Amino acid sequence: MRRLINLRPERGSRLLLGLLPFVLALLAYLIASAARLADNPSDKLLPSLATMGTALYQMAVVPDARSGNLLLWVDTAASLARLGWGLGISAALGLIVGIGVGITPLLRAGLAPFIAGLSLIPPMAILPILFIVFGLGEVSKVVLIVFGIAPVIIRDMQQRVEELPGEQIIRAQTLGASTVSLVLRVVLPQVLPRLLDALRLSLGAAWLFLIAAEAIAATEGLGYRIFLVRRYLAMDVILPYVAWITVLAFAMDWGLRALSRRAFPWFGAGSTRGST
Amino acid sequence: MSTFSIRNLWKRYGEHVVLERLNLEVRSGEFCTLVGASGCGKTTFLKLLLGQEAPSRGQLLLDGRPLPAEPGPERGIVFQRYSVYPHLTVLDNVLLALELHRSRWLGRLFGRARRQAREQAAAMLEQVGLSDCLQRYPAELSGGMQQRLAIAQSLVRAPQVLLLDEPFGALDPGIRADMQLLIQRIWRETGVTVFMITHDLSEGFKLGTRLLVFDRPRHDPQAPQAFGATITYDIPLRNRRAGDLPPDLAERIAAREPTREESTP
Repeated sequence: MRRLINLRPERGSRLLLGLLPFVLALLAYLIASAARLADNPSDKLLPSLATMGTALYQMAVVPDARSGNLLLWVDTAASLARLGWGLGISAALGLIVGIGVGITPLLRAGLAPFIAGLSLIPPMAILPILFIVFGLGEVSKVVLIVFGIAPVIIRDMQQRVEELPGEQIIRAQTLGASTVSLVLRVVLPQVLPRLLDALRLSLGAAWLFLIAAEAIAATEGLGYRIFLVRRYLAMDVILPYVAWITVLAFAMDWGLRALSRRAFPWFGAGSTRGST
Repeated sequence: MSTFSIRNLWKRYGEHVVLERLNLEVRSGEFCTLVGASGCGKTTFLKLLLGQEAPSRGQLLLDGRPLPAEPGPERGIVFQRYSVYPHLTVLDNVLLALELHRSRWLGRLFGRARRQAREQAAAMLEQVGLSDCLQRYPAELSGGMQQRLAIAQSLVRAPQVLLLDEPFGALDPGIRADMQLLIQRIWRETGVTVFMITHDLSEGFKLGTRLLVFDRPRHDPQAPQAFGATITYDIPLRNRRAGDLPPDLAERIAAREPTREESTP
Protein backbone atom coordinates (compact mmCIF):
# COMPACT_ATOMS: atom_id res chain seq x y z
CA MET A 1 0.00 0.00 0.00
CA ARG A 2 1.43 3.34 -1.02
CA ARG A 3 1.44 6.35 1.24
CA LEU A 4 -1.67 8.49 1.19
CA ILE A 5 0.25 11.51 -0.12
CA ASN A 6 1.31 9.55 -3.20
CA LEU A 7 -2.16 8.44 -4.29
CA ARG A 8 -3.29 10.60 -7.18
CA PRO A 9 -6.78 10.57 -8.72
CA GLU A 10 -7.29 9.79 -12.42
CA ARG A 11 -8.94 12.42 -14.57
CA GLY A 12 -12.41 10.95 -14.37
CA SER A 13 -12.31 10.23 -10.68
CA ARG A 14 -10.95 13.70 -10.00
CA LEU A 15 -14.06 15.19 -11.59
CA LEU A 16 -16.26 12.88 -9.52
CA LEU A 17 -14.35 13.72 -6.35
CA GLY A 18 -14.79 17.40 -7.10
CA LEU A 19 -18.54 17.02 -7.61
CA LEU A 20 -19.02 14.87 -4.52
CA PRO A 21 -19.16 17.65 -1.87
CA PHE A 22 -21.66 19.60 -3.98
CA VAL A 23 -23.90 16.55 -4.34
CA LEU A 24 -23.61 15.74 -0.64
CA ALA A 25 -24.49 19.30 0.38
CA LEU A 26 -27.49 19.32 -1.95
CA LEU A 27 -28.59 15.93 -0.64
CA ALA A 28 -28.30 17.06 2.96
CA TYR A 29 -30.40 20.12 2.13
CA LEU A 30 -33.08 18.08 0.37
CA ILE A 31 -33.36 15.64 3.27
CA ALA A 32 -33.57 18.40 5.87
CA SER A 33 -36.04 20.34 3.76
CA ALA A 34 -38.26 17.31 3.21
CA ALA A 35 -38.22 16.54 6.94
CA ARG A 36 -39.21 20.08 7.90
CA LEU A 37 -41.91 20.27 5.22
CA ALA A 38 -43.35 16.93 6.35
CA ASP A 39 -43.75 18.45 9.82
CA ASN A 40 -45.14 21.74 8.62
CA PRO A 41 -46.06 22.20 4.92
CA SER A 42 -45.93 26.01 5.24
CA ASP A 43 -42.37 26.06 6.62
CA LYS A 44 -40.34 28.91 5.08
CA LEU A 45 -36.83 28.20 6.31
CA LEU A 46 -35.85 25.33 4.01
CA PRO A 47 -38.09 25.60 0.94
CA SER A 48 -38.24 22.74 -1.55
CA LEU A 49 -36.58 22.96 -4.95
CA ALA A 50 -40.00 23.34 -6.56
CA THR A 51 -40.85 26.36 -4.37
CA MET A 52 -37.53 27.98 -5.17
CA GLY A 53 -38.11 27.29 -8.85
CA THR A 54 -41.49 28.99 -8.73
CA ALA A 55 -40.03 31.97 -6.87
CA LEU A 56 -37.19 32.26 -9.36
CA TYR A 57 -39.71 32.09 -12.20
CA GLN A 58 -41.68 34.90 -10.57
CA MET A 59 -38.56 37.05 -10.28
CA ALA A 60 -37.06 36.33 -13.68
CA VAL A 61 -40.00 35.95 -16.08
CA VAL A 62 -43.14 37.51 -14.59
CA PRO A 63 -43.22 41.34 -14.52
CA ASP A 64 -43.41 42.79 -11.03
CA ALA A 65 -46.99 43.79 -10.15
CA ARG A 66 -45.99 47.21 -8.81
CA SER A 67 -43.25 48.38 -11.19
CA GLY A 68 -43.76 46.13 -14.22
CA ASN A 69 -40.05 45.17 -14.21
CA LEU A 70 -38.47 41.74 -14.41
CA LEU A 71 -36.86 42.03 -11.00
CA LEU A 72 -34.02 39.50 -11.32
CA TRP A 73 -32.67 41.15 -14.46
CA VAL A 74 -33.11 44.69 -13.18
CA ASP A 75 -31.27 43.72 -9.99
CA THR A 76 -28.53 41.95 -11.94
CA ALA A 77 -28.01 44.87 -14.32
CA ALA A 78 -27.86 47.39 -11.47
CA SER A 79 -25.39 45.33 -9.44
CA LEU A 80 -23.16 44.49 -12.38
CA ALA A 81 -23.05 48.14 -13.46
CA ARG A 82 -21.92 49.22 -9.97
CA LEU A 83 -19.42 46.40 -9.83
CA GLY A 84 -18.12 47.19 -13.32
CA TRP A 85 -17.59 50.85 -12.53
CA GLY A 86 -15.95 50.02 -9.22
CA LEU A 87 -13.60 47.43 -10.70
CA GLY A 88 -12.84 49.55 -13.76
CA ILE A 89 -11.96 52.67 -11.79
CA SER A 90 -9.93 50.62 -9.32
CA ALA A 91 -8.02 48.95 -12.15
CA ALA A 92 -7.27 52.30 -13.78
CA LEU A 93 -6.13 53.78 -10.46
CA GLY A 94 -4.08 50.68 -9.73
CA LEU A 95 -2.29 50.90 -13.05
CA ILE A 96 -1.63 54.63 -13.07
CA VAL A 97 -0.76 55.15 -9.42
CA GLY A 98 0.87 51.74 -8.96
CA ILE A 99 3.21 52.14 -11.91
CA GLY A 100 3.92 55.77 -11.07
CA VAL A 101 4.81 54.96 -7.47
CA GLY A 102 6.69 51.81 -8.43
CA ILE A 103 8.94 53.33 -11.07
CA THR A 104 9.64 56.87 -9.80
CA PRO A 105 11.42 57.17 -6.45
CA LEU A 106 10.15 60.74 -6.01
CA LEU A 107 6.49 59.71 -6.23
CA ARG A 108 7.19 56.69 -4.04
CA ALA A 109 8.67 58.85 -1.32
CA GLY A 110 5.68 61.18 -1.50
CA LEU A 111 2.77 58.81 -1.92
CA ALA A 112 3.61 55.32 -0.64
CA PRO A 113 3.06 56.07 3.08
CA PHE A 114 -0.21 57.86 2.28
CA ILE A 115 -1.52 54.91 0.26
CA ALA A 116 -0.46 52.50 3.00
CA GLY A 117 -2.40 54.65 5.46
CA LEU A 118 -5.48 54.82 3.26
CA SER A 119 -5.53 51.07 2.81
CA LEU A 120 -5.71 50.58 6.56
CA ILE A 121 -8.98 52.52 6.95
CA PRO A 122 -11.81 49.96 7.14
CA PRO A 123 -13.98 50.86 4.11
CA MET A 124 -17.24 49.99 5.86
CA ALA A 125 -16.42 52.53 8.55
CA ILE A 126 -16.49 55.37 6.05
CA LEU A 127 -19.68 54.21 4.32
CA PRO A 128 -21.76 56.73 6.31
CA ILE A 129 -19.38 59.47 5.19
CA LEU A 130 -19.81 58.37 1.59
CA PHE A 131 -23.60 58.42 1.92
CA ILE A 132 -23.45 61.91 3.43
CA VAL A 133 -21.01 63.26 0.84
CA PHE A 134 -22.19 61.51 -2.32
CA GLY A 135 -25.85 60.94 -1.45
CA LEU A 136 -27.67 57.63 -1.58
CA GLY A 137 -27.31 57.20 -5.36
CA GLU A 138 -24.92 55.18 -7.47
CA VAL A 139 -21.81 57.24 -6.75
CA SER A 140 -21.51 56.32 -3.09
CA LYS A 141 -21.73 52.59 -3.87
CA VAL A 142 -19.09 52.78 -6.59
CA VAL A 143 -16.85 54.87 -4.35
CA LEU A 144 -17.16 52.31 -1.57
CA ILE A 145 -16.00 49.53 -3.92
CA VAL A 146 -13.13 51.68 -5.17
CA PHE A 147 -12.14 52.65 -1.67
CA GLY A 148 -12.19 49.01 -0.63
CA ILE A 149 -10.14 47.46 -3.40
CA ALA A 150 -8.13 50.19 -5.14
CA PRO A 151 -5.47 50.55 -2.40
CA VAL A 152 -4.82 46.82 -2.50
CA ILE A 153 -4.50 46.84 -6.30
CA ILE A 154 -2.27 49.92 -6.23
CA ARG A 155 0.09 48.34 -3.73
CA ASP A 156 0.11 45.08 -5.65
CA MET A 157 0.95 46.88 -8.90
CA GLN A 158 3.66 48.89 -7.17
CA GLN A 159 5.21 45.70 -5.89
CA ARG A 160 5.06 44.05 -9.32
CA VAL A 161 6.82 47.03 -10.88
CA GLU A 162 9.51 46.97 -8.21
CA GLU A 163 9.99 43.25 -8.84
CA LEU A 164 10.98 43.81 -12.47
CA PRO A 165 14.72 43.04 -12.73
CA GLY A 166 16.75 46.24 -12.44
CA GLU A 167 18.75 45.05 -15.45
CA GLN A 168 15.70 45.51 -17.65
CA ILE A 169 15.21 49.11 -16.59
CA ILE A 170 18.91 49.97 -16.98
CA ARG A 171 19.06 48.35 -20.40
CA ALA A 172 15.98 50.17 -21.64
CA GLN A 173 17.76 53.42 -20.80
CA THR A 174 20.83 52.36 -22.76
CA LEU A 175 18.50 51.65 -25.66
CA GLY A 176 17.40 55.29 -25.55
CA ALA A 177 14.14 55.09 -23.62
CA SER A 178 12.65 58.15 -21.93
CA THR A 179 10.69 57.69 -18.70
CA VAL A 180 7.42 57.73 -20.65
CA SER A 181 8.45 55.30 -23.38
CA LEU A 182 10.06 53.03 -20.76
CA VAL A 183 6.76 52.83 -18.92
CA LEU A 184 4.74 52.32 -22.11
CA ARG A 185 6.93 49.67 -23.71
CA VAL A 186 8.68 47.86 -20.86
CA VAL A 187 6.73 48.28 -17.61
CA LEU A 188 3.07 48.49 -18.63
CA PRO A 189 2.94 45.39 -20.85
CA GLN A 190 4.65 43.33 -18.16
CA VAL A 191 2.31 44.34 -15.34
CA LEU A 192 -0.96 44.12 -17.31
CA PRO A 193 -1.36 40.36 -16.76
CA ARG A 194 -0.60 40.94 -13.09
CA LEU A 195 -3.36 43.52 -13.02
CA LEU A 196 -5.82 40.88 -14.19
CA ASP A 197 -4.59 38.60 -11.41
CA ALA A 198 -5.02 41.39 -8.86
CA LEU A 199 -8.54 42.06 -10.13
CA ARG A 200 -9.44 38.39 -9.81
CA LEU A 201 -8.25 38.36 -6.22
CA SER A 202 -10.24 41.54 -5.51
CA LEU A 203 -13.52 40.18 -6.88
CA GLY A 204 -14.59 38.71 -3.55
CA ALA A 205 -13.99 41.97 -1.70
CA ALA A 206 -15.73 43.96 -4.44
CA TRP A 207 -18.88 41.82 -4.11
CA LEU A 208 -18.72 42.18 -0.35
CA PHE A 209 -18.68 45.98 -0.51
CA LEU A 210 -21.32 46.04 -3.23
CA ILE A 211 -23.80 43.96 -1.29
CA ALA A 212 -23.11 45.83 1.91
CA ALA A 213 -23.79 49.18 0.23
CA GLU A 214 -26.92 47.86 -1.48
CA ALA A 215 -28.22 46.38 1.75
CA ILE A 216 -28.12 49.76 3.43
CA ALA A 217 -29.46 52.11 0.77
CA ALA A 218 -30.64 51.17 -2.70
CA THR A 219 -33.80 50.77 -4.77
CA GLU A 220 -32.65 47.79 -6.77
CA GLY A 221 -29.71 45.37 -6.91
CA LEU A 222 -29.00 41.80 -5.93
CA GLY A 223 -27.92 42.71 -2.42
CA TYR A 224 -30.87 45.07 -1.99
CA ARG A 225 -33.35 42.33 -2.98
CA ILE A 226 -31.90 39.77 -0.58
CA PHE A 227 -32.10 42.15 2.34
CA LEU A 228 -35.58 43.34 1.30
CA VAL A 229 -37.21 39.91 1.16
CA ARG A 230 -35.48 38.92 4.40
CA ARG A 231 -38.36 40.74 6.12
CA TYR A 232 -40.75 38.07 4.80
CA LEU A 233 -38.37 35.19 5.57
CA ALA A 234 -38.44 34.54 1.81
CA MET A 235 -35.74 31.91 1.71
CA ASP A 236 -37.18 30.72 -1.59
CA VAL A 237 -35.91 34.00 -3.15
CA ILE A 238 -32.75 34.45 -1.09
CA LEU A 239 -31.24 31.05 -1.81
CA PRO A 240 -31.56 31.26 -5.63
CA TYR A 241 -30.21 34.82 -5.50
CA VAL A 242 -27.14 33.69 -3.56
CA ALA A 243 -26.60 30.89 -6.07
CA TRP A 244 -26.97 33.37 -8.94
CA ILE A 245 -24.43 35.76 -7.35
CA THR A 246 -22.02 32.85 -6.99
CA VAL A 247 -22.48 31.94 -10.66
CA LEU A 248 -21.84 35.55 -11.69
CA ALA A 249 -18.70 35.78 -9.55
CA PHE A 250 -17.43 32.49 -10.93
CA ALA A 251 -18.06 33.63 -14.51
CA MET A 252 -16.17 36.89 -13.95
CA ASP A 253 -13.22 35.06 -12.44
CA TRP A 254 -13.17 32.60 -15.31
CA GLY A 255 -13.46 35.38 -17.89
CA LEU A 256 -10.53 37.31 -16.44
CA ARG A 257 -8.40 34.18 -16.40
CA ALA A 258 -9.27 33.34 -19.99
CA LEU A 259 -8.50 36.92 -21.05
CA SER A 260 -5.11 36.75 -19.33
CA ARG A 261 -4.21 33.49 -21.06
CA ARG A 262 -5.30 34.73 -24.46
CA ALA A 263 -3.87 38.24 -24.34
CA PHE A 264 -0.52 37.41 -22.71
CA PRO A 265 0.77 34.13 -24.11
CA TRP A 266 4.30 34.88 -22.89
CA PHE A 267 3.15 35.26 -19.29
CA GLY A 268 2.75 31.62 -18.26
CA ALA A 269 5.91 30.52 -20.05
CA GLY A 270 7.98 33.32 -18.55
CA SER A 271 6.93 32.76 -14.98
CA THR A 272 7.66 29.05 -14.94
CA ARG A 273 11.05 29.03 -16.63
CA GLY A 274 12.40 32.47 -15.84
CA SER A 275 14.90 33.99 -18.23
CA THR A 276 18.02 32.02 -17.47
CA MET B 1 36.93 59.32 -32.43
CA SER B 2 35.57 58.29 -29.05
CA THR B 3 38.30 58.01 -26.46
CA PHE B 4 37.62 57.10 -22.88
CA SER B 5 39.67 58.98 -20.30
CA ILE B 6 39.44 58.04 -16.67
CA ARG B 7 41.25 60.41 -14.35
CA ASN B 8 42.00 59.60 -10.72
CA LEU B 9 38.70 57.81 -10.18
CA TRP B 10 37.54 56.88 -6.65
CA LYS B 11 34.44 55.10 -5.53
CA ARG B 12 33.52 54.59 -1.92
CA TYR B 13 30.38 53.44 -0.14
CA GLY B 14 30.53 55.08 3.27
CA GLU B 15 33.82 53.94 4.84
CA HIS B 16 34.28 51.19 2.30
CA VAL B 17 36.67 52.21 -0.47
CA VAL B 18 35.96 50.06 -3.52
CA LEU B 19 38.06 51.73 -6.20
CA GLU B 20 40.93 54.17 -5.76
CA ARG B 21 43.38 56.12 -7.94
CA LEU B 22 42.15 54.63 -11.16
CA ASN B 23 43.63 56.11 -14.34
CA LEU B 24 42.99 54.77 -17.81
CA GLU B 25 42.94 55.85 -21.44
CA VAL B 26 41.06 53.64 -23.87
CA ARG B 27 40.99 54.45 -27.59
CA SER B 28 37.99 53.66 -29.71
CA GLY B 29 37.84 50.13 -31.04
CA GLU B 30 39.77 48.50 -28.21
CA PHE B 31 38.55 45.28 -26.62
CA CYS B 32 39.35 45.51 -22.91
CA THR B 33 38.87 42.44 -20.78
CA LEU B 34 38.56 43.06 -17.04
CA VAL B 35 39.75 40.34 -14.69
CA GLY B 36 40.37 40.16 -10.96
CA ALA B 37 39.31 38.28 -7.87
CA SER B 38 35.72 38.67 -6.70
CA GLY B 39 35.08 41.85 -4.77
CA CYS B 40 37.79 43.78 -6.56
CA GLY B 41 35.52 46.38 -8.01
CA LYS B 42 35.18 45.17 -11.60
CA THR B 43 31.41 45.38 -11.55
CA THR B 44 31.52 48.71 -9.73
CA PHE B 45 33.85 50.00 -12.43
CA LEU B 46 31.41 48.85 -15.10
CA LYS B 47 28.54 50.57 -13.27
CA LEU B 48 30.56 53.78 -13.26
CA LEU B 49 31.21 53.45 -16.99
CA LEU B 50 27.51 52.80 -17.49
CA GLY B 51 26.41 55.80 -15.45
CA GLN B 52 24.42 53.64 -13.05
CA GLU B 53 26.65 54.86 -10.21
CA ALA B 54 28.41 58.21 -9.81
CA PRO B 55 32.11 58.35 -8.93
CA SER B 56 32.99 59.67 -5.47
CA ARG B 57 35.98 61.54 -6.89
CA GLY B 58 37.67 61.91 -10.26
CA GLN B 59 36.41 62.14 -13.80
CA LEU B 60 35.05 59.91 -16.52
CA LEU B 61 35.48 61.57 -19.91
CA LEU B 62 34.30 60.50 -23.34
CA ASP B 63 36.13 62.56 -25.97
CA GLY B 64 37.10 65.07 -23.30
CA ARG B 65 33.51 65.63 -22.11
CA PRO B 66 32.12 64.22 -18.86
CA LEU B 67 29.83 61.25 -19.38
CA PRO B 68 26.14 61.83 -18.63
CA ALA B 69 25.32 60.74 -15.07
CA GLU B 70 22.67 58.23 -16.16
CA PRO B 71 22.62 55.32 -18.60
CA GLY B 72 22.14 56.47 -22.17
CA PRO B 73 22.20 55.36 -25.79
CA GLU B 74 25.94 55.95 -26.25
CA ARG B 75 26.65 52.95 -23.99
CA GLY B 76 25.18 49.48 -24.44
CA ILE B 77 25.25 46.76 -21.81
CA VAL B 78 24.68 43.03 -21.66
CA PHE B 79 24.29 41.47 -18.23
CA GLN B 80 24.76 37.85 -17.26
CA ARG B 81 20.97 37.44 -17.28
CA TYR B 82 17.67 39.36 -17.40
CA SER B 83 18.93 41.23 -20.42
CA VAL B 84 15.99 40.67 -22.78
CA TYR B 85 12.29 41.44 -22.40
CA PRO B 86 10.13 38.36 -21.73
CA HIS B 87 6.92 39.92 -23.08
CA LEU B 88 8.31 40.53 -26.58
CA THR B 89 9.19 38.09 -29.32
CA VAL B 90 12.77 37.87 -30.54
CA LEU B 91 12.10 40.22 -33.45
CA ASP B 92 10.14 42.66 -31.28
CA ASN B 93 12.96 42.73 -28.72
CA VAL B 94 15.39 44.06 -31.31
CA LEU B 95 12.71 46.23 -32.90
CA LEU B 96 12.12 47.74 -29.45
CA ALA B 97 15.66 49.09 -29.40
CA LEU B 98 15.06 50.95 -32.67
CA GLU B 99 11.60 52.13 -31.62
CA LEU B 100 12.77 53.47 -28.26
CA HIS B 101 15.57 55.29 -30.04
CA ARG B 102 13.51 56.84 -32.81
CA SER B 103 10.24 57.57 -31.03
CA ARG B 104 10.98 59.59 -27.94
CA TRP B 105 7.56 59.52 -26.26
CA LEU B 106 5.56 56.56 -27.45
CA GLY B 107 8.52 54.27 -28.09
CA ARG B 108 6.59 52.94 -31.06
CA LEU B 109 6.94 53.29 -34.82
CA PHE B 110 4.18 53.04 -37.42
CA GLY B 111 3.81 52.42 -41.12
CA ARG B 112 6.87 52.70 -43.31
CA ALA B 113 9.22 53.63 -40.47
CA ARG B 114 8.15 50.47 -38.66
CA ARG B 115 8.58 48.23 -41.71
CA GLN B 116 12.02 49.65 -42.29
CA ALA B 117 12.99 49.14 -38.66
CA ARG B 118 11.69 45.56 -38.81
CA GLU B 119 13.98 44.84 -41.74
CA GLN B 120 16.92 46.34 -39.91
CA ALA B 121 16.12 44.28 -36.81
CA ALA B 122 15.79 41.09 -38.86
CA ALA B 123 19.15 41.79 -40.52
CA MET B 124 20.78 42.27 -37.11
CA LEU B 125 19.28 39.00 -35.88
CA GLU B 126 20.65 37.21 -38.91
CA GLN B 127 24.14 38.40 -37.93
CA VAL B 128 23.84 36.70 -34.54
CA GLY B 129 22.26 33.57 -36.00
CA LEU B 130 18.72 33.93 -34.70
CA SER B 131 16.89 34.16 -38.03
CA ASP B 132 15.02 30.94 -37.36
CA CYS B 133 13.21 32.08 -34.25
CA LEU B 134 12.02 35.61 -34.91
CA GLN B 135 8.54 34.91 -33.55
CA ARG B 136 9.56 32.94 -30.44
CA TYR B 137 9.47 34.37 -26.93
CA PRO B 138 12.70 34.56 -24.88
CA ALA B 139 11.46 31.94 -22.41
CA GLU B 140 11.50 29.45 -25.30
CA LEU B 141 15.18 30.15 -26.04
CA SER B 142 18.27 28.57 -24.48
CA GLY B 143 20.59 30.69 -22.35
CA GLY B 144 23.06 31.12 -25.19
CA MET B 145 20.37 32.20 -27.62
CA GLN B 146 19.05 34.72 -25.09
CA GLN B 147 22.52 36.24 -24.83
CA ARG B 148 22.77 36.39 -28.63
CA LEU B 149 19.48 38.23 -28.62
CA ALA B 150 20.72 40.61 -25.92
CA ILE B 151 23.85 41.38 -27.97
CA ALA B 152 21.77 41.99 -31.10
CA GLN B 153 19.44 44.26 -29.15
CA SER B 154 22.32 46.29 -27.77
CA LEU B 155 24.21 46.63 -31.05
CA VAL B 156 21.38 47.32 -33.49
CA ARG B 157 21.63 51.04 -32.84
CA ALA B 158 25.46 51.05 -32.88
CA PRO B 159 26.47 52.41 -29.46
CA GLN B 160 30.01 53.76 -29.08
CA VAL B 161 30.79 51.44 -26.20
CA LEU B 162 29.57 47.96 -25.37
CA LEU B 163 29.80 46.88 -21.74
CA LEU B 164 29.61 43.17 -20.99
CA ASP B 165 29.19 41.96 -17.40
CA GLU B 166 30.22 38.30 -17.47
CA PRO B 167 27.89 37.74 -20.41
CA PHE B 168 28.83 34.10 -20.84
CA GLY B 169 29.27 33.22 -17.17
CA ALA B 170 26.06 31.20 -16.98
CA LEU B 171 26.59 29.26 -20.23
CA ASP B 172 27.89 25.77 -20.96
CA PRO B 173 31.54 25.60 -22.11
CA GLY B 174 30.71 24.58 -25.70
CA ILE B 175 28.18 27.35 -26.14
CA ARG B 176 30.57 29.77 -24.51
CA ALA B 177 33.15 29.09 -27.22
CA ASP B 178 30.54 29.85 -29.90
CA MET B 179 29.62 33.06 -28.16
CA GLN B 180 33.28 34.10 -27.92
CA LEU B 181 33.63 33.72 -31.69
CA LEU B 182 30.43 35.67 -32.18
CA ILE B 183 31.40 38.60 -29.99
CA GLN B 184 34.84 38.79 -31.57
CA ARG B 185 33.40 38.78 -35.09
CA ILE B 186 30.88 41.47 -34.23
CA TRP B 187 33.55 43.56 -32.55
CA ARG B 188 35.70 43.39 -35.70
CA GLU B 189 32.81 44.23 -37.99
CA THR B 190 31.43 47.14 -35.99
CA GLY B 191 34.60 48.56 -34.43
CA VAL B 192 32.73 49.19 -31.18
CA THR B 193 34.79 49.69 -28.03
CA VAL B 194 34.24 46.77 -25.66
CA PHE B 195 34.70 46.44 -21.92
CA MET B 196 34.10 42.88 -20.80
CA ILE B 197 34.26 41.45 -17.29
CA THR B 198 35.19 37.81 -17.14
CA HIS B 199 36.16 35.31 -14.47
CA ASP B 200 37.79 33.11 -17.06
CA LEU B 201 41.39 34.25 -17.44
CA SER B 202 41.95 32.39 -20.71
CA GLU B 203 38.81 34.02 -22.10
CA GLY B 204 40.27 37.37 -21.13
CA PHE B 205 43.48 36.64 -22.99
CA LYS B 206 41.75 35.10 -25.97
CA LEU B 207 39.29 37.88 -26.67
CA GLY B 208 40.88 41.12 -25.59
CA THR B 209 43.31 43.54 -27.16
CA ARG B 210 44.06 44.70 -23.67
CA LEU B 211 43.79 42.96 -20.33
CA LEU B 212 43.04 45.05 -17.24
CA VAL B 213 43.74 43.35 -13.93
CA PHE B 214 41.92 44.68 -10.87
CA ASP B 215 43.57 44.11 -7.51
CA ARG B 216 44.21 45.77 -4.17
CA PRO B 217 47.81 46.93 -4.10
CA ARG B 218 47.62 48.08 -0.47
CA HIS B 219 46.17 46.08 2.33
CA ASP B 220 45.72 46.93 6.00
CA PRO B 221 44.82 43.84 8.02
CA GLN B 222 43.38 46.06 10.78
CA ALA B 223 41.06 47.87 8.37
CA PRO B 224 40.37 45.71 5.34
CA GLN B 225 37.98 48.27 3.91
CA ALA B 226 40.34 51.22 4.07
CA PHE B 227 42.03 50.64 0.72
CA GLY B 228 40.31 50.04 -2.57
CA ALA B 229 41.18 48.17 -5.71
CA THR B 230 42.71 49.67 -8.81
CA ILE B 231 44.11 48.51 -12.12
CA THR B 232 47.39 46.86 -11.18
CA TYR B 233 48.29 45.44 -14.58
CA ASP B 234 47.38 46.91 -17.93
CA ILE B 235 48.63 44.41 -20.48
CA PRO B 236 48.50 44.99 -24.23
CA LEU B 237 47.68 41.61 -25.70
CA ARG B 238 49.59 40.57 -28.78
CA ASN B 239 50.61 36.97 -28.80
CA ARG B 240 50.52 36.86 -25.06
CA ARG B 241 49.26 33.98 -23.01
CA ALA B 242 48.04 33.51 -19.48
CA GLY B 243 51.48 32.25 -18.43
CA ASP B 244 52.84 35.79 -18.76
CA LEU B 245 51.09 36.92 -15.62
CA PRO B 246 52.83 36.57 -12.25
CA PRO B 247 51.79 33.07 -11.10
CA ASP B 248 50.32 34.09 -7.75
CA LEU B 249 48.11 36.69 -9.42
CA ALA B 250 46.84 34.23 -11.99
CA GLU B 251 46.03 31.86 -9.17
CA ARG B 252 44.02 34.42 -7.29
CA ILE B 253 41.97 35.31 -10.33
CA ALA B 254 41.41 31.70 -11.26
CA ALA B 255 40.35 30.76 -7.72
CA ARG B 256 37.05 32.41 -8.34
CA GLU B 257 35.08 33.02 -5.25
CA PRO B 258 31.34 32.44 -5.52
CA THR B 259 29.90 34.47 -8.38
CA ARG B 260 26.80 36.49 -7.79
CA GLU B 261 24.69 33.79 -9.28
CA GLU B 262 25.90 31.15 -6.88
CA SER B 263 25.73 33.35 -3.82
CA THR B 264 22.18 34.56 -4.45
CA PRO B 265 19.96 31.52 -4.92
